[in-house]
Amino acid sequence: MYPENFRYTKEHEWVLVEGDTGTIGITDHAQEELGDIVYVDLPKAGAKLEQGKSLGSVESVKAVSDVYSPVSGEVLESNPLLADAPEKLNEDPHGVAWLVKIKLSSPADAANLMTAADYQTYIGAEK
Amino acid sequence: MVDFGGWDMPVQYSGIIDEHNAVRNAVGLFDVSHMGEIEIRGPEAGKLTDYVTTNNVAKLKTGQAHYSGLLYEHGGFVDDILVHKVADEYFFLCVNASNQDKDFEHIRAMNKFDAQVDNNGDRYAQLAIQGPKARATLQKLTPVDLSAIKYYWFTDGEVAGTPARIAHTGYTGEDGFEIYVPPAEAVRMWNLIMDAGAEFGIKPAGLGARNTLRLEAKMALYGHEIDASISPLEAELDWIVKLEKGDFVGRGALQKQKETGLTRKLVGFEMRGRGIGRDGYEVYLDGAPAGWVTSGSPSPTLGKNIGLCYLPVAQAQPGKSIQIMIRNQPVDAVTVETPFYKRAK
Repeated sequence: MYPENFRYTKEHEWVLVEGDTGTIGITDHAQEELGDIVYVDLPKAGAKLEQGKSLGSVESVKAVSDVYSPVSGEVLESNPLLADAPEKLNEDPHGVAWLVKIKLSSPADAANLMTAADYQTYIGAEK
Repeated sequence: MVDFGGWDMPVQYSGIIDEHNAVRNAVGLFDVSHMGEIEIRGPEAGKLTDYVTTNNVAKLKTGQAHYSGLLYEHGGFVDDILVHKVADEYFFLCVNASNQDKDFEHIRAMNKFDAQVDNNGDRYAQLAIQGPKARATLQKLTPVDLSAIKYYWFTDGEVAGTPARIAHTGYTGEDGFEIYVPPAEAVRMWNLIMDAGAEFGIKPAGLGARNTLRLEAKMALYGHEIDASISPLEAELDWIVKLEKGDFVGRGALQKQKETGLTRKLVGFEMRGRGIGRDGYEVYLDGAPAGWVTSGSPSPTLGKNIGLCYLPVAQAQPGKSIQIMIRNQPVDAVTVETPFYKRAK
């Protein structure tokens, strides 16, 4: 369920680091808690993201939630799929429905995030 | 699960949209045991009930229920409630969970009559069976002829061999029933109703769907459309205010409001731009702040983003262009006729 090569935050985002590029998304647990997702607001290419700061928002039928950037860097691309098909985030949050790809400004950022095993323990304990 | 006034409440089971559609098209089952029950008994039970509520209790026949307001002297809401006349000397009030203790204290403080008030929320679990297949579902479990219970009437009977108060009421804008049963029987009852409704595609429904359903039907939610600072006239609930019935708590304030005129009123809106105007967001008219959103959500039935807001009374009519501040961005919306959804009868 939770890919081993991702790193996870307490706010339920994930990041996949490949060289100096990071792909960011929200976790399956997050989409399940949010319910039916109707809007996804993402930053444009070139926007600067800071670890722990809001990068955009995900809105479900019941509420709007901020998405916090797990790492710092500059946005290369936000996922064009989500503007017209936000429901993909409910279906495949760890795959096609990634949120943004960024150029990492400090690749070491990911080191202080949770592993898949840690994250699963964390959400297990949260319930 | 979320904490809701001390109750562990399911917001959703299969998903708000799925549950919402089940209620509109088939049947849904809600556990609303958190709702409070206050019972008024005694020779002057009717007089006390009439004195603390806005609707006309004298018009209620035994076995009939109505929606009503419990007001402060200044005309704002203590709560909105359902009043059931069980007998001449016995009235059964269904009240909001988070208000029940406050309601109880309020009614007791106003009790200058020969009547006894009891806060009996612990004695009742409440299940709501709602949707076009609600009656067919519940009928399988009770000898009571449900088709003989008119809308907003109720009867004391049995469901699956357990004493139950069966009311033809609901908070979804759809046909349906609400049953009050002993808490010890609630889980068994839930399972039996789920089994009975299986052939119709029954789904368990949570607080999330309850909110989208009631919003489409423009039913008020305490803490959103109404609270201590809002009068029933402002909330477009004139129909539950019977000024001519005689004295009641809040009557003077409402009379005065009627004479001097209202300053603000509740009105529906639909989003035109991208976004959802949610509870508490500011509403702008001609570039200036003019009101606030009380509830807003995607409407699964209409496929639009809808909501309710307070606006100055002159502007609180359909067809006005407004802007709603969504995270510091003004987004276009237009005021519309309500209810947003009305079931075919």
